[in-house]
Amino acid sequence: MSRTVVPGIVHKNSLSAFVNKAGKDFKKNWVLYLMILPVVAYYIIFHYWPMYGIQIGFKDFNIAKGYMGSPWVGLKYFQQFFESFYFGRVLRNTLMISIYELIFGFPAPILFALLLNEVKNRRFKKYVQTISYMPHFISAVVICGIILNFCVSDGLINDVIALFGGERSSLLQDMKNFRTIFIASGIWQNLGFNSIIYFSAISTVDQELYQAAIMDGANRFRQVWHITLPSIKPTIVILLILSIGSLLSVGFEKIILLYNPATYEVADVISSHVYRMGLQKLNWSYGAAVGLFNSVANLILLILANRISRKVSEVSLW
Amino acid sequence: MKKSIPEIIFDIFNYSILLFWAVITIYPILYVLFSSISDAGRLMSHRGLLLYPLGVHLDAYKIVFQNPMILRGYMNTAIIVFGGTALNLFMTSLGAYFLSRKDVLWKNVVMVMIVITMYFGGGLIPHYLVVTGLGMRNSLLALIIPGAISAYSMIVMRTSFQSIPASMEESALLDGANNFSILFRIVLPLSKAMLAVMALWYGVGHWNSWFGAAIYLTKRELYPIQLIMREILMQNVDSQEIYKMTAGGGQDDDAQIAETIKYAMIIIATAPILCAYPYLQKHFVKGVMIGSLKG
Repeated sequence: MSRTVVPGIVHKNSLSAFVNKAGKDFKKNWVLYLMILPVVAYYIIFHYWPMYGIQIGFKDFNIAKGYMGSPWVGLKYFQQFFESFYFGRVLRNTLMISIYELIFGFPAPILFALLLNEVKNRRFKKYVQTISYMPHFISAVVICGIILNFCVSDGLINDVIALFGGERSSLLQDMKNFRTIFIASGIWQNLGFNSIIYFSAISTVDQELYQAAIMDGANRFRQVWHITLPSIKPTIVILLILSIGSLLSVGFEKIILLYNPATYEVADVISSHVYRMGLQKLNWSYGAAVGLFNSVANLILLILANRISRKVSEVSLW
Repeated sequence: MKKSIPEIIFDIFNYSILLFWAVITIYPILYVLFSSISDAGRLMSHRGLLLYPLGVHLDAYKIVFQNPMILRGYMNTAIIVFGGTALNLFMTSLGAYFLSRKDVLWKNVVMVMIVITMYFGGGLIPHYLVVTGLGMRNSLLALIIPGAISAYSMIVMRTSFQSIPASMEESALLDGANNFSILFRIVLPLSKAMLAVMALWYGVGHWNSWFGAAIYLTKRELYPIQLIMREILMQNVDSQEIYKMTAGGGQDDDAQIAETIKYAMIIIATAPILCAYPYLQKHFVKGVMIGSLKG
């Protein structure tokens, strides 16, 4: 009779092998697991529990009855949203604002970084840079307070308009102006800060490339076009993907601070709609449904943008 | 290398544009600053750009600093900033440390769990229901705990922890240290610069935040300064009340001083941050770089 001698522990299947491994790992790393416990608890309570609560978008949520007690109504609230006259309005506003922000606000920091990079005087460069980051650190409330203050009929901007012979008007009460004010102030606030990442990308370019180009007779413009720009292309593409991925997520803080019933028609975006309808007017289920629509649409956009980028260039998020 | 004419023209153009941008960036704040110390009456009738303060009157500031509602606002904000940032640093460090260790079985599971939350979430309504369900309504805790960790910051911190030479930890392990000591006695002290940046990030975030307070707080005594400012700046609520509360004055005076009070409040709310950020710019620039390299 032959017998196979098996040294060590016998594992009947891979499950028990795994349990054994987990046990060893726990013995070795129990302190680490203790450390991560509060972090995991935090994520479960404040990130995953709300995800579980998304279900109220599919129910007639009643606070008294809670998540479980409220009855299912399927896609009722999604339908309500899609069929309401708000849907077209908020979708259009969200897209318009995002697209304009993309067209004007995306290239601006890049241009700024390139121009500032051409400055040889180090002190000038440093001062301009430091000043440019400043508005990023100012709170939304203060920024909007300043905007509101400047846009009233006897405010600074109207003073300048009057100086050039124009007519004074309460700028924020007029729908025509909202988008411009919103986007322009966004650029003012974030240009400097957003250019940081381009600066650091530019600084990683190998100086030898420039030397070689100079020897070949390239002037500064050519150097930028053929060396600097291509080197920061990956950065640009990734940030572009991220921007496109957030096309449907115009942040509501500034919108809420700047809009008013006179400008809802152009200012109300998906997120501010959720806030007004869902929270202020206590339509919990409706708010949750629209919010879910927004999150999912964002995710899809991000994945799409990433896929397209992967095909078109070798750069992508994943 | 001598510059050609087109290059010189470009340089002039370049410097001008950049200078123009710097001026545009800084001017609104200067305007607010000048207005806050200007004489209220002259300010009201002034038109156009303000190139210098119209006199030097600190009345607006005096009124602001004597108003109990405003002072309480600053206190609430201070509590939120210090308490919140402390919690942030503590939690983020724990998470980053865990994620930076090698040979930990469940590390990737935790990582995935965290990354998912960066791309998807419950949305405003479910979040609101969870926080109020936990009884945090009308408590400053609602402004500190739900935002305890920023996944992005944690990843940046992890990258930073990973760059600490393994030899230091190994020698500590040989001396019998456990993970707590390694974290608190070795890793954190070596990461002071990065922790300073994190503190700045989180701190400024707390200082500037208003929305959480807007939806979770109904008691005025708990309002942080941004929310009080929102009322004053945007809802035109209390500026005249403020003036009446702390000083007597004619009807006309109220409206005029109210304007300078608004400006003074803006300066007080923003000045600390504006003074702090230039010193840390070297660090946060590096922080952005590390964040972008995380891949």
